[in-house]
Amino acid sequence: MDAEIAGADGAREREFEIEFRLLIDAIYHMYHYDFRGYAPASLRRRLKAGLGKFNCDTLSQLQDRVLREPQVFASLLDYLTVQVSEMFRDPTYFRALREKVVPLLRTYPSLKIWVAGCSTGEEAYSIAILLQEEGLLARALIYATDINPHTLLKAETGVYDAVRIPGFTVNHRESGARTSLSDYYTAAYGRAVFNKSLRDHIVFSDHSLATDSVFAEVQLVSCRNVLIYFNRDLQNRALGLFRDSLCRQGFLGLGSKETLRFSSHEHEFDPFVPKERIYQKSKER
Amino acid sequence: MNVPRLHGRIDAVVIGASAGGVEALSVVLPVLPAETPVAVMIVVHLPRDRPSLLVDIFSRKCAMTVREAEDKEPVEAGTVYFAPSNYHLLVDPGPQLALSVDDLVHHSRPSIDVLFESAAHVYRDRLLGVILTGANEDGAEGLAMVHDTGGITVVQEPRTAHSSQMVVAARSLRKPDYVMTLEEIADMLAHLRS
Repeated sequence: MDAEIAGADGAREREFEIEFRLLIDAIYHMYHYDFRGYAPASLRRRLKAGLGKFNCDTLSQLQDRVLREPQVFASLLDYLTVQVSEMFRDPTYFRALREKVVPLLRTYPSLKIWVAGCSTGEEAYSIAILLQEEGLLARALIYATDINPHTLLKAETGVYDAVRIPGFTVNHRESGARTSLSDYYTAAYGRAVFNKSLRDHIVFSDHSLATDSVFAEVQLVSCRNVLIYFNRDLQNRALGLFRDSLCRQGFLGLGSKETLRFSSHEHEFDPFVPKERIYQKSKER
Repeated sequence: MNVPRLHGRIDAVVIGASAGGVEALSVVLPVLPAETPVAVMIVVHLPRDRPSLLVDIFSRKCAMTVREAEDKEPVEAGTVYFAPSNYHLLVDPGPQLALSVDDLVHHSRPSIDVLFESAAHVYRDRLLGVILTGANEDGAEGLAMVHDTGGITVVQEPRTAHSSQMVVAARSLRKPDYVMTLEEIADMLAHLRS
């Protein structure tokens, strides 16, 4: 690829490519956040968009600020990691959890669930609500992890903009809801605060799929639209963590367009609800 | 016009279309032979709240293999890849396909700009970018990037487009290498065999 770079614009692209790698390395050495295994096209696009926000012409200038101003790194981290999700995003996924996975989860005396890459918490609260509806929340603990301390704090408050609630409500209904979403929040001043009774069953904590290890045995891992941001090696690392965390025949839920097909861990999981990308850890392991 | 012959000149084609896109692609894609020696990656703007039917529609009509893009899938020649509904489609080095749920671009996910820019980065001068009919400005910056990295740029002749806004926006940013009717675009792509 490098040999085929054309013209002056090509030269600028090449500088960007070098600076891109240097910045990722600098962030790793300075702050121990490891983006080296992220899928490059998305990361590059986010960094390109970030240049304007930080008033920098080049990634070298941005790197200078990132190294010397920790608050610049903190807001760059938001830029690089924040995923806007929805409650009950892809309602058919939650319907499949409810109808196919919950009956098996019922057989466990206590339940542990890992929502990996929870961002601002929408998915963790969705699962808590679903478990409450199915009568399982009282014996459940949800670990919701992310690498971004800002979003974890936000997730922990359980507060969402009220304009998002109608969308959440439609999704919730389509997931086969047994109750009304309004049973779970209090709305005031343009915001909806989700009930503490849900939060009491969620532990929000800092965990990196790139650098940290297994921390608990769980019956279900839900990690949706996170792996698409990783390259294959990092995907394999994350899937290895999920395999090692899951109990015998535990469940793994991925995003609607994520697949184990190109992973070295493909044969350690069996498709359980293939259309919804829900897998079950294979028996022999 | 004389339809240009690009034997062996490119490895991949990216196509962007919006309003009227399915009809336009129905003129182009069925003409391409199964052994077309390039990969074709396509973004069509569609409603985000339901699955895309593009693969169903086109796999019946096309000799080339038609698939919905999967994350981390290696890009293969002779294959048409459609971006899934509500995901951006990108190309990573490899080349392999990548998806993202990043913010909408020009109110769109998938966005043509996102595909074109990432493909330009990987394929450089071995890429052909095509903007077809559409009623917004997505794709203009992406096609400019294809041009700037040495790729070949084509826009549909605006008078033949169902909606010409997208073509006009693309044309105003950089002068395209070719302005062609759908039949001419089909003819050019059908003769990529080396």
